[in-house]
Amino acid sequence: MRYHLDFGFIWKHFDRLGWGLVLSLELAVISILIGIVIGLSLALAYTGGGRAICSAVAAYVEFIRNVPLLLLVYLVFYGVPSIEGFAYDATTSFVITLSVYAGATLVEVFRAGLAAIPRGLIDAGKAIGLTGWQRLIWVRLPTMFRIVLPSLGNAFVSLFKDTSLASVIAVPELTYGAQWINTNSFRIIEVWAVTAPMYLATGYGLLFLLQRLERRVAVH
Amino acid sequence: MTLQVSALVVVFSLVGGILLGVGIVYGPRWLYWPIRIYSDVFRGIPLLVLIFFIYYALPLFGINFTNFVSVVVALSTFETAHIIEVVRGALQSIPRGQNEAAKTIGLRFSQRLVYVIAPQAVRRFLPPWINAVVDTVKGSALVSLVGIVDLMLAIQQVIGRTYIPMPLYVLGALMYFVINYSLSSASRRLEARFAYIRE
Repeated sequence: MRYHLDFGFIWKHFDRLGWGLVLSLELAVISILIGIVIGLSLALAYTGGGRAICSAVAAYVEFIRNVPLLLLVYLVFYGVPSIEGFAYDATTSFVITLSVYAGATLVEVFRAGLAAIPRGLIDAGKAIGLTGWQRLIWVRLPTMFRIVLPSLGNAFVSLFKDTSLASVIAVPELTYGAQWINTNSFRIIEVWAVTAPMYLATGYGLLFLLQRLERRVAVH
Repeated sequence: MTLQVSALVVVFSLVGGILLGVGIVYGPRWLYWPIRIYSDVFRGIPLLVLIFFIYYALPLFGINFTNFVSVVVALSTFETAHIIEVVRGALQSIPRGQNEAAKTIGLRFSQRLVYVIAPQAVRRFLPPWINAVVDTVKGSALVSLVGIVDLMLAIQQVIGRTYIPMPLYVLGALMYFVINYSLSSASRRLEARFAYIRE
């Protein structure tokens, strides 16, 4: 092999990778926050709602989960503005897509979490005279969040990896930065050999932090 | 092309995943860590990054794949890592007593695996495996990014000609949905079919 490794160009333009990683994380955080709101409200609607609401929620979940994320990214970025006549920038469009995608995954997570709350807790809430809303806010939600925390953590790490798809609509996150260096320097092995560990280290770092959080709030 | 890529990847990752999955559960110590590291590393890298890496970097080592082969390699590597975990979970869910009982009646390792462990592990294996197949079909949309004309790129090309993006994206989404939804319904039916076995 007559190829000499040279990381010079990578370090010179490392800010593209570094800030790319920061943007990736930002995208994942914003999307999971919006996703939690979507997922939680739909899960509550599903648990308490009538048949029509249930099938609507199920349709949303099944549709999003059975279609490639890449297609959704294109659909929101190129498709929707073409009929609505308004435009948003690539980053906004990707956040919308990823949030809707996260929402669909989280509906299932929260639904399982709500179903796993011990009946006795809710009955105890009733017994001390809490209203439906009070029970929801002080009893059901805190218990549910402790139950679903592991799944929520996995969903977050998985979303962080999915932010790599934002590169296809030119959102300057980590993969986009790597591609930029790739096409401008042809330092191909070097750039991917730096990028992949960055994803790995961040992903497992997040997992580690989340596991510590889990241990702290674990339901005994 | 989407189905072709997916089918190849499903076969390769099934074979690789089962071999390595059995290796990680029953294999010797020196086999455990390499497989553990393989599985953890490839599950931790975004699929897109893996596809670009294999597509761009392997030719530099003198390995010249067509882009079709390189995406099949990338997707198979990724999916195998997931299937190892599925196999591991299925095998470890079998009570130890089953294996010990089989030993007691004098079965060899291969016999224990084929006649005792595998039939019980299969029903734990199938539902998550079909999820992995659905993920493969969805993941195969990424191969359009290295110029393979699969369903995704075909949609893009038609849009490039006709300039009517929305209906075509929706049509494409429906096509993926039909493929994947039938897979996941099949998975649910299988689960029901195997549910008669007592825990």
